[in-house]
Amino acid sequence: MSVAVTPRKVVIAALLVGLALLPLYASLSGTPFLLTLFTRIIILAMAAVSLNLILGYGGMMSFGHAAYLGIGGYTVAILAFEGVQSGLVQWPAALAASALFALIVGALSLRTRGVYFIMITLAFAQMAYYLASGMARYGSDDGLSLDNRSEFGGLLNLSNKTTFYYVCLILLYASIYLVWRLTNSRFGMVLRGTRSNETRMLAIGFPTTRYKLAAFVIAGTMCGLAGALIANHTEFVSPAMMYWTRSGDLIVMVVLGGLRTLFGPVLGALALLFLEQFLPAIISAAVRPFNPVNAAKAGEYWQIVLGPMLLLVVLFARGGIDGLLRLLSSRERHG
Amino acid sequence: MADALLRIENLSKRFGGIQASDGISLAIPAGELHAVIGPNGAGKTTLVAQLSGQLASDAGRIGFAGEDITGLPMHRRSARGLARSFQVTSLFLDFSVLDNVAFAVQAHDGHSFRFWSDARRDRTLREPARAALARVGLAERAEWPAAKLSHGEHRQLELAMALAGKPRMLLLDEPMAGMGPEESARMVKLLRELKRELTIMLVEHDMEAVFALADRITVLVYGRVIATGVPTDIRANPQVREAYLGEEEAAHG
Repeated sequence: MSVAVTPRKVVIAALLVGLALLPLYASLSGTPFLLTLFTRIIILAMAAVSLNLILGYGGMMSFGHAAYLGIGGYTVAILAFEGVQSGLVQWPAALAASALFALIVGALSLRTRGVYFIMITLAFAQMAYYLASGMARYGSDDGLSLDNRSEFGGLLNLSNKTTFYYVCLILLYASIYLVWRLTNSRFGMVLRGTRSNETRMLAIGFPTTRYKLAAFVIAGTMCGLAGALIANHTEFVSPAMMYWTRSGDLIVMVVLGGLRTLFGPVLGALALLFLEQFLPAIISAAVRPFNPVNAAKAGEYWQIVLGPMLLLVVLFARGGIDGLLRLLSSRERHG
Repeated sequence: MADALLRIENLSKRFGGIQASDGISLAIPAGELHAVIGPNGAGKTTLVAQLSGQLASDAGRIGFAGEDITGLPMHRRSARGLARSFQVTSLFLDFSVLDNVAFAVQAHDGHSFRFWSDARRDRTLREPARAALARVGLAERAEWPAAKLSHGEHRQLELAMALAGKPRMLLLDEPMAGMGPEESARMVKLLRELKRELTIMLVEHDMEAVFALADRITVLVYGRVIATGVPTDIRANPQVREAYLGEEEAAHG
């Protein structure tokens, strides 16, 4: 075990500490919007961490992962709407609903491979989307607002933004720890071996489908928790949070950050949401000297810049941001 | 041979218009090294795939250790002690050599719904894996990525993985394919040691190796068994010479 300090480790340590200190910075610098932005980043990072378990370590190209965000979120919102305010009921119910949905989707989709698997997971997510759109009692397309965040008695007050931030952060760190333990366990070795060479796993005696299904359910459940957090964060749920482009965003986060890496999904979520937040302003500023009239409008086309950036990462940095950091680390050591 | 370890009766498989195996019957007693030879396209690999469970058979019956395993899936057959090595090397190339063998050990060590402790620090997996590597002469390559091994070493690793599951019978599909003479000789030596402990069905093109190792030989042509017998009988069999050996000897000059 080498304990060499590499640029990669420095960046990751700085990230972990930085996230823990962020509320302090936000209050000292008088930028409370940072706290809101980072709460969102942390929650979506958690969803990306859960997707990485099946997409990265398990090689299962699920294109419907945002469905679990919606199911977790809607479970909390519907229970709140019906008068159940306790988080001790809402959150376990969100986990159970997501687990059940993952079990059904997994049991049916894991019989297929490749493009069919992608299409089936996508189809199920779209079904959840249309189901939510059709629930007239719960707002249909317009979505459903929460009057209060989940209540945990005198234990926690989630309405306090700093408290809520730390709850999300601790759950994110817990998910990363869980994925770390899982992927190095016997179960994880089966999952990773199956991604590497499923025929061979079968030949040496592993019934691979049941392990993939278990991973699929674990990932769905984790993402359901992220959904419960999102509902509390925005105090609002709508079918849009399950739309297939949201599933695409999660995939982009994982690939951008680095598939099969522990912290890649966090780096990916951070990078993508930062770009989403600040790219429009950067573009506007860059255009202003040339065309002051249309500068603000140019910012709206930020995705034209984001697209090629993602393309470059996929083409030239196969390991994503984590891969770039690793490359930097190994250069340093050899040179 | 009422107590044959592997008993195949009338096994058939058809791919469209091609009868890949055609009513094959064979009985291999425990402890025998049984070689299956035949010209290209004779259906040797199809037979191995049928026996390992990778391919479902159209007709016929496979008995292993007194039980009918015809309908069992691949992982069940493997769990009962019928291990297979692949003709085209099929490894976990992005894992270490030791990891590859540890997979095979783990497959035979109960279920893998163990979610918490580190499998790479699990001595019940790592030690048998190291022992199997030592057995095939790859001990000092244990920590290498499997992708970095030479072709011959890949074949040795294949064998270590097959051994790691403590099988009763090995199905070896061309273990010497693509090996240089030196690597081949090492593999022959290894198989000679193993044949005292295990029942082996060896599918191989290398005639020198086959005649040096086999207790009995079965010759397949177009999916049919044309002869089964001890090496001297097979060498003398006119049908075999015509169908196969003649062509092979002519090729070797």
